[in-house]
Amino acid sequence: MAENGFRYIGKRRRAVEHRRFVTGQGRYAADIQLPGMLHLAIVASPHASARILSVDASAARALPGVRAVLTGEEMQPALDPMLPGVDAPAVTRFPLARGVARYAGEWVVAVVAESRAIAEDAAELIQVEYEPMPAIVDPEQAIAPDAALVHPAHGSNVIFRREFVWGQVAEDFAAAPNRLSYRVRWGRSATVPIETFVVACAWNDATGLLDVWASIQMPKFPDLLARCLRLPGNAVRVHFDVDVGGSYGVKRGLKHAILAGYCARMLGRPVRFLEDRLENMRGGDMQGPDRVFDVSLAFDEDGLIRAMRMRALDDVGAYAGRAPFQLGKPVGAIVGPYTINSVSYEAISVLTNKTPQEAVRGFGQSPTNYAIESGIDKVARFLGRDRIELRRRNLIPRDRFPYLIPSGTRYDSGDYAAVLDKTLTAGPYADLVHRREALRAEGRLAGIGLSTCLEPSGGNSSFEPLFNPKNKTTTWMDSCLVRVDLNGAVTAVMGTSSSGQAHETLVSTVVGEVLQREPDSIRVIHADSLNALPSNSPVGSRMAIMLGGAAAGAAKRIRASMMRIAAHELGVAEAELGWSDGDAYLLAAPERRVGWARMVEIAHREFHRLPPGMEPGLQQKFVWEVPTGGDLPTPDGRIQMYPCHSFECHLVLASVDPETGKVTLHRYVVGHDCGVMISPDAVHGMTYGGVAHGLGAALMERFAYSPEGQLLSGSFMDYLLPSAQEVPPIAIVDHCTPSPLTEFGQKGSGEAGYLGGPAAIASAINDAFAPAGISVDALPMTPALLWRALRGPAAPRAATADAPRHSEEVSAA
Amino acid sequence: MTQPIPIALTVNGTPRQALAEPRTTLVDLLREHLGLTGTHVGCEHGVCGACSVLLDGEPVRACCLFAAQVDGMAVTTVEGLAPERGALSALQDAFLECHAMQCGYCTPGMLIAFTDLVARNERPSEAEIREAIGGNLCRCTGYQQIVDAVLHATGQAAHG
Repeated sequence: MAENGFRYIGKRRRAVEHRRFVTGQGRYAADIQLPGMLHLAIVASPHASARILSVDASAARALPGVRAVLTGEEMQPALDPMLPGVDAPAVTRFPLARGVARYAGEWVVAVVAESRAIAEDAAELIQVEYEPMPAIVDPEQAIAPDAALVHPAHGSNVIFRREFVWGQVAEDFAAAPNRLSYRVRWGRSATVPIETFVVACAWNDATGLLDVWASIQMPKFPDLLARCLRLPGNAVRVHFDVDVGGSYGVKRGLKHAILAGYCARMLGRPVRFLEDRLENMRGGDMQGPDRVFDVSLAFDEDGLIRAMRMRALDDVGAYAGRAPFQLGKPVGAIVGPYTINSVSYEAISVLTNKTPQEAVRGFGQSPTNYAIESGIDKVARFLGRDRIELRRRNLIPRDRFPYLIPSGTRYDSGDYAAVLDKTLTAGPYADLVHRREALRAEGRLAGIGLSTCLEPSGGNSSFEPLFNPKNKTTTWMDSCLVRVDLNGAVTAVMGTSSSGQAHETLVSTVVGEVLQREPDSIRVIHADSLNALPSNSPVGSRMAIMLGGAAAGAAKRIRASMMRIAAHELGVAEAELGWSDGDAYLLAAPERRVGWARMVEIAHREFHRLPPGMEPGLQQKFVWEVPTGGDLPTPDGRIQMYPCHSFECHLVLASVDPETGKVTLHRYVVGHDCGVMISPDAVHGMTYGGVAHGLGAALMERFAYSPEGQLLSGSFMDYLLPSAQEVPPIAIVDHCTPSPLTEFGQKGSGEAGYLGGPAAIASAINDAFAPAGISVDALPMTPALLWRALRGPAAPRAATADAPRHSEEVSAA
Repeated sequence: MTQPIPIALTVNGTPRQALAEPRTTLVDLLREHLGLTGTHVGCEHGVCGACSVLLDGEPVRACCLFAAQVDGMAVTTVEGLAPERGALSALQDAFLECHAMQCGYCTPGMLIAFTDLVARNERPSEAEIREAIGGNLCRCTGYQQIVDAVLHATGQAAHG
């Protein structure tokens, strides 16, 4: 046993998955080769809003090698629509547009051919006649009463709107000596994995079974796919043993799979759809939150923030699946790490003629964290106080956990001040101040950024009933099955695919810990959906908690079964036995043991030596409910959102070149507390990656649209991803406050780095601009935006008191 | 125009032949015709580097070359980096040791870029390492553990 009390948990270990990745032996969806496979290509709408008057595919159909040309009207009678998660049944979505195209890039016609090249040739021969209509591009115009409607049948461009009031907000505002209002904007970006979405489908007439290999990370994907194809659930088999080339939320691809599945069944041959990059960027329906926040804070002279009003307007694009829920998850951390007493929160999801929004790392929490953190810095500036001191004044103290926030979530544990202190020490903060002043002396605009942010984890789905009263979801389970075979080898089965989170490493470490067997000897497999266990996929920073918990539960049941066999064998009670290296022994006389191999032999072969009533064989499953799940929201919208709450503090030294607006990050430190780390390298890796992703969202990445609704950044030449030359070296400082709710004290960490990064980088730039009296309140802070802000005819000043909805926004590039 | 043409090249030391349409890219030839799916496709416009291979020892973007252009040349893919079956190159081993990947999709291109780098520069600095993958995008790692791995592989840093 090691110092942390664990044998394998928390120890460095080479990831199981990586051996196949470094040798080119991973198996991604695009690597699936099926005999006789056909290929799909898409004709996409060039207009953001248009009626589809006619489709002439005669030349395409005549091209040798073309097997089918399909329109939305032809497919629709055989399909059920994809529906939004919120209660908006008229906002239906099908893979191909029917009569109307609602965004530039929406799929209009599909071609199936013997090769992708032939399919693309044919697509170019298809003549579609459109009647362009005015496009709604600006979300604030979209909610105007006279706005044209993206979905006339829905009757409004607002797909979800609710105002929550938690606590005595009006009274707290009236009683506070100071109030500050501000507006910040989060620009539309996404996780943009290097692998685009890929799906291959094969239909078998004899078995009536659709086999699906897809690069997915989506809760309920097999069930939704079956329903949309009007097939029984057991007629769709999704193979989860496909390596997914990155996702971080966006790999949903339901419409892709419906289209490929439909074509495979219609044609009786396997069909693959592999997005090219432009299809992915404009028609892959994977763009992220796009928000305008209007926030007011009420606080006293010491900077203690008593109340907050927040209005979040989110542009979800032309259709919606789970996207509106991304305004729901932040309800579970709506006060951040602060003791804010009362909150009102108006969440508005609005439809526009843009590419639909999908889940992005953090599920809407990072934009909200940015909005909150911007306010903390503004209050500090308003009062002339130090930002660190102001945070200390407002952070929830360690002795108040579990801590109930106004919106009904109880934070499980934390020590925010300790993480802040560790981060400042690692800076070291005084050194950063010296370096900032030195940079300023050189003529650069230099600033220090700070953020202290929550990472809710354990992916429950309580926002579903919160945002849709018809939805009664109170469980978001995950599962694991462990078996020991006749030869004594251990196999664990998980019920979902992975997209880089090293779940095979996680599960084998946990099972190895419980059984005290070498983790590298434990095989972990991804079942297919017909063999699988209930799972909700790796979303919401949940798998260390949920899959880790399920794997531990199943392994403990295996251990209990084996102990029962051993107790029977020795003629003692199970309580008299201990467990060591996979053997059972008598506590009072440790030399009396029943070894692993012997217990396995009895379980598999010697029914006559099994305890009476015990099943032969060694196989156990465990389905774990989210530790705090089970409750519906109260009528005023209070709910326990996620169970566990990780915390991160970012400290950044940045400078801006006043001639170009280019930002350089000179020092980047993250203090991070996600409880007990099961796989430290994996946790650190995801945190580094989250920081880099946050850097992109803060400074570089933007799905920009023209006023007509054309996507202007559909390639990597104009949608800029951070490279190794933009991402600085990152220092991580660990802290551990175990969660009382989980098996080993672990919390989630899959969204770490991203949840506080953009806020900290924005904080650094505004610190750099503060001496000039300029504040920039829109992300991404591209060089062009910063350059213009520095030269604006009337550079906006800092927020003023009692100026509701005061806009400090500098128009984004 | 689309009539297949014969293409002969050496891949990972083995002579290979294929019939492919003139418009076939090198990466599609490797993946679809020769069954070497270790090389990945990310952007198909030469930015992300996922499709990198060595062509006569030089790193190239296999998505931006036609297969016909490499007729008679030697290609090394990720499948050809290990010294022998079952073994790993020092870089591959360091990638494992330092957790230098997550989803693994960009990894083959990264390994190709660094194989080229360390062939030219036995002890690259951190700046040189970052420069070498300036055209290889990774969305998982933030590059930190990748940089660590190359320092480790070149004997400049002990990990752990």
